[in-house]
Amino acid sequence: MTVQRSASNVGYAVRTFRQMVRTAYPTLLILLLGVLAWPLWTSAAAMELRQFDDPAKQARYEALIKELRCLVCQNQALSDSDADLAQDLRDEVYRIIQSGKTDQEAVDFLVDRYGDFVLYRPPFNALTWLLWGGPLLLGLVGCGIVWRQWQRHRSATATPILSDADIQRLQQLRAQADRTDDHS
Amino acid sequence: MARLLPLVIFIVLVVFLAIGLTLDPREVPSPFIGKPAPAFTLSQVRDENQSLSVNDLQGRVSLINVWASWCVSCRQEHPVLLKLAKDKVLPIYGLNYKDERAAAKDWLARFGDPYTASAFDPDGKTGLDWGVYGVPETFVIDKHGVIRHKHTGPVTDQVLAEDILPLVARLQQEAGP
Repeated sequence: MTVQRSASNVGYAVRTFRQMVRTAYPTLLILLLGVLAWPLWTSAAAMELRQFDDPAKQARYEALIKELRCLVCQNQALSDSDADLAQDLRDEVYRIIQSGKTDQEAVDFLVDRYGDFVLYRPPFNALTWLLWGGPLLLGLVGCGIVWRQWQRHRSATATPILSDADIQRLQQLRAQADRTDDHS
Repeated sequence: MARLLPLVIFIVLVVFLAIGLTLDPREVPSPFIGKPAPAFTLSQVRDENQSLSVNDLQGRVSLINVWASWCVSCRQEHPVLLKLAKDKVLPIYGLNYKDERAAAKDWLARFGDPYTASAFDPDGKTGLDWGVYGVPETFVIDKHGVIRHKHTGPVTDQVLAEDILPLVARLQQEAGP
């Protein structure tokens, strides 16, 4: 009885789910298309046409502007931001790369003016050691806790709850109890 | 103790979040503090035949205020700058950032001109060299032409009284070049 009822419940749930999908279908389709088109409407830089004399430079430029942070919209990379300043900074990065300088020179140009803040990968220094070392530190603490628990567990199982004498006495008592059972 | 642990974690979290709330993420520390002001030579807003260069700032403690006629917060801080200029505490130089000369002149004519001179930086190249990312910005320059302080956002009476003026008074005591 209970089995049958739960089976019909499952059938009901599946039917409702199908109905929901049917009614929500247009919305789901739009959402899916939106997700697929995401790169098109997040990347402001994709709108800009830049001429490079070397595809390798273009690749370097595109990698760089993803690593550098916009100061106006602080959670966006230069590549994503439509802010005026981000455009200017992309211009500068483009100019530097196109003129044949290294990635490091482009990064230094921005760090000289805006500080380490523009780097999504800040350097390891007195200010950032906790930022870089934090995950490792937490991992070590976690390992320490696991190790301690394991040690505790082992020492708890190493000494049996009942001593040999206890077990012997228990068996005697059980045997006694069985005998009294048989008599009754 | 083990029972108190969640409470301890909670309190630590609250303390960290409370500190986080008082920080302003828009205040990016300037890498220029303690470094010589980046060089520029630009024409002046009022007269394109006259130039203003970073060397003109040598010898006196001065303010450089980055402004633009399109900048809304600049209008908010403008009365504060006008009053400061009237009190003749120190020369205020303007850096007119990404603006049009006519619009800038018109703005100064309408709201008053607190600046000893304003440098005209239409393409924002000098602004970029100074690490400008949000107008208005105000730099305190010492007698040797070294940047000693930067304030991002409008200068209010409070900012002036608490941050800028005490520093200016101290810098004015320092020996000149």
